[in-house]
Amino acid sequence: MIAESPSDVPWLTLITFLPLVGALFILLRRAMSRDDEQHLVDQAARNVAFWTTAIVFVFTMGIYFLIYDKDETGFQLVEQVNWLGQGITYKMGVDGVSILFVVLTAFIMPVCVLASWDSIKTRVADYMTAFLVLETMIMGVFSSLDLVLFYVFFEASLIPMFLIIGVWGSKGEKVLFGRTISSRVYAAFKFFLYTLLGSLLMLIALVYMYLEAGTTDIVQLLQYDFAPGVQTWLWLAFFASFAVKMPMWPVHTWLPDAHVQAPTAGSIVLAAILLKMGGYGFVRFSLPMFPDASVDFAPLVFTLSIIAIIWASLVAFAQEDMKKLIAYSSVAHMGFVTMGLFTGTQQGIDGAMFQMLSHGFISGALFLCVGVLYDRMHTREIAAYGGLVMRMKWFAAFFLFFTMGNIGLPGISGFVGEILPLIGAFRVNTWVAALATLGMILSAAYGLRLYREGVFGVIKNEALETIPDVNKREGGLLAVLAALALYLGVNPTPTLNVFETGTDYVLARLEAGVAVAETDAAEPAATTTEPEGVH
Amino acid sequence: MEVLIVLLPLLGAILAMPLGHTGGARAAEVVTSVLVGIACFLAWITFFGFWLGDAQPHVLRLFTWIAVGDLVADWAVRVDTLSAVMLIVVTTVSTLVHVYSIGYMHEDPSRPRFFAYLSLFTFAMLMLVTADNLIQLFFGWEGVGLASYLLIGFYHFKDSANDASIKAFVMNRVGDVGLALGIMACFFVFRSVEFDVILDAVRNNAAVQPFGAEAAVPLDQLQIGFLDRTPPALEIIGILLFIGAMGKSAQFLLHTWLPDAMEGPTPVSALIHAATMVTAGVFLVCRMSDLYAAAPGASAFVTFIGATTAIFAASVALVQQDIKRVIAYSTASQLGYMFFAAGVGAYGASMFHLTTHAFFKALLFLGAGAVIHFSHHEQDMRRMGGLREQMPATFALMLIGTLAITGVGIPLVTLFGAPFGFAGFVSKDMMIEGAYEGIGEGAGFATYAFVIGLLVAALTSFYSWRLVFLTFSGKWRAPESVRKHPHHVPGVMMFSMVPLALGAVVAGIMFYSSFVGDGAGRFWAASLNTGDTYESIASTADTGGEEPVGVDTEQTEGAAEPTGVGGHATDTAHADESHGAEAHGEEAGGHHEFPTWVLVSPFVAMLAGLLAALFQYRGGDPFRPGLIGQGGLLYGFLSNRWYIDGLYRRLFLEPARILGRFLWKKGDEATIDALGPDGLSRITSGGARAVVRGQTGYVFHYAFVMLIGVTVLLLMILL
Repeated sequence: MIAESPSDVPWLTLITFLPLVGALFILLRRAMSRDDEQHLVDQAARNVAFWTTAIVFVFTMGIYFLIYDKDETGFQLVEQVNWLGQGITYKMGVDGVSILFVVLTAFIMPVCVLASWDSIKTRVADYMTAFLVLETMIMGVFSSLDLVLFYVFFEASLIPMFLIIGVWGSKGEKVLFGRTISSRVYAAFKFFLYTLLGSLLMLIALVYMYLEAGTTDIVQLLQYDFAPGVQTWLWLAFFASFAVKMPMWPVHTWLPDAHVQAPTAGSIVLAAILLKMGGYGFVRFSLPMFPDASVDFAPLVFTLSIIAIIWASLVAFAQEDMKKLIAYSSVAHMGFVTMGLFTGTQQGIDGAMFQMLSHGFISGALFLCVGVLYDRMHTREIAAYGGLVMRMKWFAAFFLFFTMGNIGLPGISGFVGEILPLIGAFRVNTWVAALATLGMILSAAYGLRLYREGVFGVIKNEALETIPDVNKREGGLLAVLAALALYLGVNPTPTLNVFETGTDYVLARLEAGVAVAETDAAEPAATTTEPEGVH
Repeated sequence: MEVLIVLLPLLGAILAMPLGHTGGARAAEVVTSVLVGIACFLAWITFFGFWLGDAQPHVLRLFTWIAVGDLVADWAVRVDTLSAVMLIVVTTVSTLVHVYSIGYMHEDPSRPRFFAYLSLFTFAMLMLVTADNLIQLFFGWEGVGLASYLLIGFYHFKDSANDASIKAFVMNRVGDVGLALGIMACFFVFRSVEFDVILDAVRNNAAVQPFGAEAAVPLDQLQIGFLDRTPPALEIIGILLFIGAMGKSAQFLLHTWLPDAMEGPTPVSALIHAATMVTAGVFLVCRMSDLYAAAPGASAFVTFIGATTAIFAASVALVQQDIKRVIAYSTASQLGYMFFAAGVGAYGASMFHLTTHAFFKALLFLGAGAVIHFSHHEQDMRRMGGLREQMPATFALMLIGTLAITGVGIPLVTLFGAPFGFAGFVSKDMMIEGAYEGIGEGAGFATYAFVIGLLVAALTSFYSWRLVFLTFSGKWRAPESVRKHPHHVPGVMMFSMVPLALGAVVAGIMFYSSFVGDGAGRFWAASLNTGDTYESIASTADTGGEEPVGVDTEQTEGAAEPTGVGGHATDTAHADESHGAEAHGEEAGGHHEFPTWVLVSPFVAMLAGLLAALFQYRGGDPFRPGLIGQGGLLYGFLSNRWYIDGLYRRLFLEPARILGRFLWKKGDEATIDALGPDGLSRITSGGARAVVRGQTGYVFHYAFVMLIGVTVLLLMILL
């Protein structure tokens, strides 16, 4: 039985839809303005977007620190109103699995708005509107407690992201089948194809689940036992969608393109939050709803995770574009997440959750760093840089910090998110742990290579002679992100405890799954997923 | 108080940069040095508590770092004899190096950054040695790696410095994979990463129940699954942890970064790459000494790698022309000594040499720094020579360091109950005797280590004296511009070397009794395994070495070999000259009697090396053809560092690049994309055209698909 404590005030609805109100404000302001007032509209859009996201952040902080009970298991702040009938309701609520992603979203969004402050110059009002809509969708994803509601938010979140890449993406062209097309359109197109395929399968699974369980209430579905054979198909359908989101090898190739084309804030939100929707999906749905299938498929996930870690790290090492390098590094880090989740161990699952949170800050900050350079030099080619430390001392210091965080230096949050999934993996399969640990070497190799060629050395490009250091806005953002990564690195336990209140149930379901698998194993032709143990 | 020792350097590291901005570089220098100095003072008080008084080991817990399920790792300061010894080594050398650097770096505009890094390093190193669990140790381990990376690459405008710093970090990471897996294995077996829990279990041969195990099994019978094998649990943990130690301590196969690390400023080489950081591996093995004592296979591996490093690095040091590289290879070689001593169970001797080595090796490096500073950053000894007249004080200090490292002393004579000689004499003899004793006890590769220990004593003496002759005697071969205006060596630099010289002279005699002599058992207490380690193992391991008492070496060959990875020619070569060993005393930590030839041999070896160097380089002429013909096959082999660097470049670095590119271009783009999205769009007619049509097209397209989906869903529900 999962506890649900209702809330008198619809807090989650409030923070979810407040950004939409801000977006309406911007559109109204533009509708009422004359054509020659463009710059006023732009400035108003920036201000509205910032204040809206800031207010959402303040509310979220208030909820997290004052209202949300961090020691409690089960769902809190639950709201439920009748929606479509027949067991489909508008139901919101958060637990240990989701609350920190809500917090992360509320934090990252104002960062994104600030990161776009000067660098976005065209169609600012549209841009800010897209971001506000995006915030609503993401908040909805993490706080929905109804599968249909979740699905709507999950899919709708792609539209603003799509626009952000397609409209405000970087310039550049690419030849495909003899035609010249805009690179950003190609990237958006890739994004489209992958996600479409994944989500259609999830939709089918969703309908099936509804027909069998008679409800789309997530809390009830979490306690529903699907037959093992059914679980296999449902698991695969959900997997298709989440694996693309993560992204897992081999459906990862949309990510580098999307990152390279997206504007800085687009990359930040993509890396920091959108990818996490995949991991969230695994923890919220795949593991607890289809535990038997999850246990059965764990070897597959391990294999793909290991390939992702090693493959993506090697490819990152060969990159010439800064953003692509960081994007591939994200793929490798998400490999640790999927590996950790499917170990079915407390260290593995909580560590994977922590990695997602930590990666939100660190990779977000790395993309911000690249954005700082791009705004000044309008290139992401690593070879165009070198010797930055001579001109940009603060930038060099921040970039070093986040590079080290990305490499997994203990004391910074990335380490906790790396060692815990590894410890979990060792308990289950030493091959997985040993191969994944190789990622430690590779991440150092590509991370330090980027730093060396970008920041160290002498200035060869004359244009760099006058490059200014980070300004107050950029420095402030990086400092806040650094402080958070450091705090989470030095004192991760309170955060891990919050995750634990949510993942305990997942773990219990999985252990039941293991038990089923073991009784299967007793029969001759069953799969063996028994953890490696003592001989 | 002990918490302050650790945190004061951190405070210095944080303050250095802001102070440099506001109060000038001098403020940063003074504040960091004073803070580390206070830490040093407190460290000595702590150490005296264990050395002379009866301080009790204790752990000061600050707060919980990581706690998930059974896994709990605290931020803690563990104070016992072992960490107290490391505390004085680290803070003493660090303080002196801070002071020295005020002089050495006085022309560098980035001094505050330099001192910030030095203090950061000191903090990380102190966190490492005071850890009470493996994960905090890993924090310090990686922290010193970061500081080392930053300091090797301190001259960040130099390509060679950048290459060296990355090489150091990445090579260390290779070792860290072993360490990390070792930590995971420890948690898997013991369900804890705390030293007390792990070592208590090992000492008591407790029954433990690893995750997923059916029942608890006593540790000496426990085997765990690892990469499709089922090795004994303690052996595999020992080997994995040692792989980490190999990286950090530049042991054979993972050593290539250390010579390149000499790109860093010389004070850094003295502090990090000689006295402290590189000894972290030795510390780790000693910290886990109870575990290694119960893991004869892993110990044999440690001995083998240690001894091999000792001879490899010493042989390469023979032909180096760069003064710092000679000392760097010498460091790797001396670390090899420490490891084989630990491998054969002489942990006290290993820690003893770690301590004395810190003094004389830091002294040699700082002396070399003075020489380099004096001759305008010249490091090639072929352009030195004759500096004895120019810098007599430095010469005297370097001489002391050389007397210490080569192990000058008078065998068979004692003073205050300790062997009479320089620090290195006392501690090196203890390690060689430890290896000899190991032969009798059936420790794997003990004979190999003993023979190499003697041989390397000769080589050490040769290359060390070669360095002295080439640098200080003969003619000064520097260009005239340098000879006319040498850089005066500031007083702070000279001053800071004096305490080290003092240590190089007396540390051996002073610490002998506590570290390895009669007082060892009381001094180390539970922090280090001082017992007769191989006695207990003989009954459990199937080595055939059941006769620890009074066997002669001939018989123990059989005992030594099965534990190792194949016999060695040196084993038999040595057996001929060995006379029957006298019976060993078996009381734990007690002093053992050794045959006279064993006690005298290291001295003879040292003398041989000295005479050979005297014969070859007496006139200070580096170009005189001699024992190792320049340009010959052997010379090429040695000067190319046994071809290992080139091999690694070809085996790992270049393939990694090519493979990365291949996976990217052929894997992601030509295969996955071609079969996936690109291919799909080719199949779905008009897909490519849709791409061209423009972005807004798709959004609606997409929204449309989603809407259809939801509608279908709704229809199904309603119908």
